[in-house]
Amino acid sequence: MKLRVNGQEHDVMAPGETPLLWVLRDFLGLTGTKYGCGMAQCGACTVHIDGQAVRSCVLPVGAVAGRSVTTIEGISSGELHPVQRAWIETDVVQCGYCQPGQIMAAVALLKVKPKPSDAEIDAALCGNLCRCGTYQRIRAAVRRASEIAGA
Amino acid sequence: MDVFKDFSRRQLFKVSAGGAASLVIGFYLPGRSILALAQETAAPAPAKLPSPNAFLRIGADESVTVLLAHSEMGQGIWTTLPILIAEELECDWSKIRVEHAPAAPAYVHTAFGIQMTGGSTTTWSEFDRYRQVGALAREMLIRAAAAQWKVDPKSCRAENGFVVCGGRKLSFGKLAAAAQSSTPPTRVKLKSSQEWKRIGKPTRRLDSREKVTGRAEFGLDVRFPGLMTAVVARPPVFGGKVKSFRAEKARTAPGVKAVVEVPSGVAVVAENFWAAKIGRDALEIEWDLGPGSELDTEKMREEFRELSRSPGLKAAAAGDVEAAMRRAETKIEAEYELPYLAHATMEPLNCTVKPGSDGCEIWTGTQFQTGDQGAAARVFGLKPEQVKIHTTFLGGGFGRRATPSDHFVVEAAHVAKAAGMPVKVVWTREDDMRGGYYRPMWMHRLNAGLGGDGMPIAWRQTIVGQSILEGTPFAKMMIKEGVDGTSVEGAADSPYLKGIPNHWVGLHSPKPGIPVLWWRSVGHSHTGFVIESFVDELASAARLDPLEYRRRLLKDHPRHLGVLNLAAEKGSWGTTLPKARFRGIAVHESFGSFVAQVAEVSVENGRIRVHRVVCAVDCGICVNPAGVAAQMESGVVFGLSAALYGEVRFKEGRVQQSNFHDYPLLRLHEMPRVETHIVPSAEKPGGIGETAVPPIAPAVANAVFAATGKRLRRLPLRLA
Repeated sequence: MKLRVNGQEHDVMAPGETPLLWVLRDFLGLTGTKYGCGMAQCGACTVHIDGQAVRSCVLPVGAVAGRSVTTIEGISSGELHPVQRAWIETDVVQCGYCQPGQIMAAVALLKVKPKPSDAEIDAALCGNLCRCGTYQRIRAAVRRASEIAGA
Repeated sequence: MDVFKDFSRRQLFKVSAGGAASLVIGFYLPGRSILALAQETAAPAPAKLPSPNAFLRIGADESVTVLLAHSEMGQGIWTTLPILIAEELECDWSKIRVEHAPAAPAYVHTAFGIQMTGGSTTTWSEFDRYRQVGALAREMLIRAAAAQWKVDPKSCRAENGFVVCGGRKLSFGKLAAAAQSSTPPTRVKLKSSQEWKRIGKPTRRLDSREKVTGRAEFGLDVRFPGLMTAVVARPPVFGGKVKSFRAEKARTAPGVKAVVEVPSGVAVVAENFWAAKIGRDALEIEWDLGPGSELDTEKMREEFRELSRSPGLKAAAAGDVEAAMRRAETKIEAEYELPYLAHATMEPLNCTVKPGSDGCEIWTGTQFQTGDQGAAARVFGLKPEQVKIHTTFLGGGFGRRATPSDHFVVEAAHVAKAAGMPVKVVWTREDDMRGGYYRPMWMHRLNAGLGGDGMPIAWRQTIVGQSILEGTPFAKMMIKEGVDGTSVEGAADSPYLKGIPNHWVGLHSPKPGIPVLWWRSVGHSHTGFVIESFVDELASAARLDPLEYRRRLLKDHPRHLGVLNLAAEKGSWGTTLPKARFRGIAVHESFGSFVAQVAEVSVENGRIRVHRVVCAVDCGICVNPAGVAAQMESGVVFGLSAALYGEVRFKEGRVQQSNFHDYPLLRLHEMPRVETHIVPSAEKPGGIGETAVPPIAPAVANAVFAATGKRLRRLPLRLA
């Protein structure tokens, strides 16, 4: 089937019920999108479909044929995305495993809410678990990204 | 004071050829190093990577590569160890690159003699070694420059990646080749603390860029041509075995390459994860369950409770507890309990093994390199040095990836060996959650007798729970007269006991057959909760303020008092709070550091919400305050997940939890504001990664008591 990921067309020989996550990781080699739970509980697998944050671990690849998929590898080209810059400035990461998912959730939020309130940040990212507990800096980094993008 | 290190006496160092134009420095512990040294000096081909037994490589391209003898699992050692080298080396910080070292004798822990990461030991155990590496390299670069300029080395200094003398300067990269062939000094002078430029200053992490772009490679991300993915069907109860299985359907599933039986179960090997998982779902296995199918949490609680009524083996004792109890004006008894807990690292367990004709390669996020190496070597009938371990980033560790049984590496080695191809064994979240190696369940029974002034004169504590070290290679060293030191740490050595003339701490170590393991803060994860809650109970019985009560008990423990008072001051202890908010306090020493926390909590409709945590920490010399603050926040979140939600339960031997819907972790909207205050100190560095976990559960439970008058003695905390 044809799959459009990060602006590129791919022909993928995967059964249609295969979750998008595993097509990205095992067929396309895009390992920035992570497996954490397989049941949309942790957000590590967050990608964008037509700009919206979705959990790729429960999304059959057959359902996204013809739609535009963006992964962590696709949000910046050359220069880092303001969210990624804010993440570095705020020293957010620890083990780093959940962070691509956190960043994808934040990018999607800022697209629709360039100046999110604290409650909006919490609501948009509460589906993304971080076992290291970087939450305080995630909140700060989303606010900082909003400033950078607005500057 | 200047610090001199005499290498010739204690350590042997060797500068080995690492390609034509780079400086490679390795340190070797005597007795363990001879073999590695001989191998390493056997003239490597010039174009090959430099000696893997090095801690530092300075390239002609000005790169400064630091090799980590420890694993980066979020704790920030990727940044801390380079700070130590750079402090002495005087290199250009922007030129630092970092790599995990391979598994090799050169990298064994300076205190434990195996290559490992755990026990919050990396910073203190490497504080000298990594500074020495930096200082040694600096001296060699200076000597090389001085020889070139024909000046006295004493007239030269290193500065931001250059050696400078008067108006002349040469870059480290240009000097690397000459430094390589210079005679290394046998003594180097380390800076005094007054001269430090980097140690003690907040430094941003060096691994951020690769982690925010998705390029950082975790074990699960390892890919190479020909690599297959396997998932393993393991027994549904601990101790179970495969009786028989039918694999016809699995073998014919699309993408499945092989189905193999291994000691831990049946593995389905396929072209990708999803195919392997579908293949596993199609297996038909008959299990021989064994006695593990009788495990039941409620039954175990009763058994533990019964045990807690007898004294157990002595872990600490003084005076005459019975006589003092008879004299006591007030007597208090309490029973505390904590459940089994899963580590639940965000990255589920996985391990990649590539068998070869004369050795094998392993890629995994491990905290236990040399143990895993030896265990994999035994599976293949190889020598340890024929097994090459590539440590990837760890998507969380918390102890779960430091397994004395090396089980997840051994299993992957068996699968790759049986399948005869390179295989990545992936654990699903459910496999990981139900795979055992839990923080043990604990029950404590406490009795205290208070004198007329409300202060304790007698303390009796019986602890019941599985030994982590029983049956492991650590048993000999750390189980003394039947008492596993990790079961009673934080209790048997509690500072409170030193002031209570009559006390007893006893231990029962039942063996229900559940695999258990160290879980971030190990024994302190239960002793901290129990003791800091019970002391709060005593304060309440004595009608004294909990802070004041602790101050009295800890009057001879200045570092405990230091953090207690700092947390109380910054947390405005004793002042008025907004309506419906309440404070609790706790202090605990672990891994050489002292942490006190004041938690602000509200209880609404039976739901506990933590709004703010003020955290004071004394970790001795603080290398990176930004890293310490991150670890305090991290420990608070980890401890809160356990305090509010964490519980693994058994019924008919089956683990009842499976994924994050029934084993919840703290989420963003529940995150309290955490403020960290670091006590300035010139004491030797202590641990940091685990030390914020023990005080948070009792601080919150004590706040809940302040809010409701209910003393919650069981985790997770539940009001109903």
